[in-house]
Amino acid sequence: MQRCTIRFGGLTAVSELDLHIGGDELIGLIGPNGAGKTTAFNMITGVYQPTEGEIHFGGTSLAGQAPQEITGLGIARTFQNIRLFPSLSVFDNVRVAFQLRQKTGLFQSLLRGAAFKRNEQQIESEVLEILDIFKLGRFRHTMSKNLPYGDQRRLEIVRALATKPRLLLLDEPAAGMNPTEKTELTRLIGFIKDKFRISVLLVEHDMKVVMGICERIVVLDHGIKIAEGSPSEVRNDIKVVEAYLGDKHLKKAAADADSSPAD
Amino acid sequence: MQLGAKRWLFGAVLVALGVSALSGHFNRYYLGVAIDVGISIILAASLNLINGYTGQFSLGHAGFMAVGGFTAAKLTLLLAPIVPEAAHPALFAGSILVGGTVAALAGLAVGLPSLRLRGDYLAIVTLGFGEIIRVIFQTSETFGAATGLTGIPKFTTLFWTWGVAALTVYVVASLVNSTYGRGFLCVHDDEVAAAAMGISPTRYKVTAFVTGAFFAGMAGALYAHHKQVLKPDGFDFMKSIDIVVMVILGGMGNTVGVILAAVLLTVLPELLRGLADYRMILYSLLIIGLMLTRPQGLFTLRRRVDRSRTAN
Repeated sequence: MQRCTIRFGGLTAVSELDLHIGGDELIGLIGPNGAGKTTAFNMITGVYQPTEGEIHFGGTSLAGQAPQEITGLGIARTFQNIRLFPSLSVFDNVRVAFQLRQKTGLFQSLLRGAAFKRNEQQIESEVLEILDIFKLGRFRHTMSKNLPYGDQRRLEIVRALATKPRLLLLDEPAAGMNPTEKTELTRLIGFIKDKFRISVLLVEHDMKVVMGICERIVVLDHGIKIAEGSPSEVRNDIKVVEAYLGDKHLKKAAADADSSPAD
Repeated sequence: MQLGAKRWLFGAVLVALGVSALSGHFNRYYLGVAIDVGISIILAASLNLINGYTGQFSLGHAGFMAVGGFTAAKLTLLLAPIVPEAAHPALFAGSILVGGTVAALAGLAVGLPSLRLRGDYLAIVTLGFGEIIRVIFQTSETFGAATGLTGIPKFTTLFWTWGVAALTVYVVASLVNSTYGRGFLCVHDDEVAAAAMGISPTRYKVTAFVTGAFFAGMAGALYAHHKQVLKPDGFDFMKSIDIVVMVILGGMGNTVGVILAAVLLTVLPELLRGLADYRMILYSLLIIGLMLTRPQGLFTLRRRVDRSRTAN
């Protein structure tokens, strides 16, 4: 991602962001609310097109590519507010990920020849396998909207993995989780990275999660990258402390004075 | 799952053959109703792919039916005198296919630009399309203008109708019950998430639209060679509503329910002949009552994911 800028009308949501993600790397993207984390995400996944700058993935430019094409190239994502297919079963939620890489389409589905059946069986066993890895196998016939919250988050990650990505983007996977679930999630992300040997870009609010697993952290504030480095480097960066704590102090002061909010 | 679709086809073909074998014993009136029922099933099952499974609200199904009907009827009217009697079944099969294909092309022409729209907006566009089609046939001298086409050979039999109905049900059922076809349901549930899974929402929507239009066109062809008279008036907005009602009554995205609803809503007006003038009032009341009491559809006994009970 090189010098990417996106403007909505007069608002510059993300400004000249450089971001490089290596193979097998686990990178955290953090920043206060409204810093542009999700917007950066949406530029990579093709939901928004950057106003300026370019994004390359493994040598391919992502300019002008639709979200589904980008998924095809090997970038999968989850959403900040879970977006499963609520009326489909857990099994089917993962199964649809396989239509991307399968060879059979409309006409094979109608003719139902031997190759089609083999293919469907292959998909079925792969789906069951990945569900079992993530301990969702026993829910496979449950409609996804009836799953417990933590399991819905997990299913969304599994579904993204089923598209066989090389880069996995997780948008606030710990949001709304209790401490136990967060610990579990941290373990899970590390496990995914090792088991599937893919790169992970993690957008997250929860510092414990980010500091615990990320090898490199990029900090955004008001759409600008203010710091980048290892967890300990970032933790001690004065700009980062300002962005997080300074903001809070400002608000507190404003509230105490009960005057019009600063800026 | 996969086992379902083939069983469906065999079941439907058996019913079709059984009914055809018995058709000699029917009087003409019952025979006519049985053909009407078959045509309704084709229309409702194909619209169910668009409105039910893919979640797009189309009000243009009568328009596609008209395209198929007029095309096929014109073709047989032109060719029937030339083609020897023995080849008439082949001619009929050909004109059904041509009718379906032209309707599918119309579906593509309407679908490509308009399927970016959602919900109400798509409904309005498809509604407008249906009306445009009707007006085109009403003014076109080639298609007999307001009087329509008359003297169409009576080619439609129970066999043809129920054969095509069986094919429609098979195609819809086997599409939806494949990994590829689950994409229709994904587009219905969440387009953004579908795109993130590598499913192109537009592509699936257009596919559903074109497939649905193809079968609506075939239904139109069967209808034309059944009634032998084709008037543009017969394909107005109310006809589209009739089909939508079948889909809603049966339960969106529930093929069995939609078939039952198609049967019910075709037979019921026949039983209520005396009340024909009040039919639309009854329809409306039915829909209002249904939406209040059973929004999931009259015949939806269990959800689409029918084994969900195993894991509570």
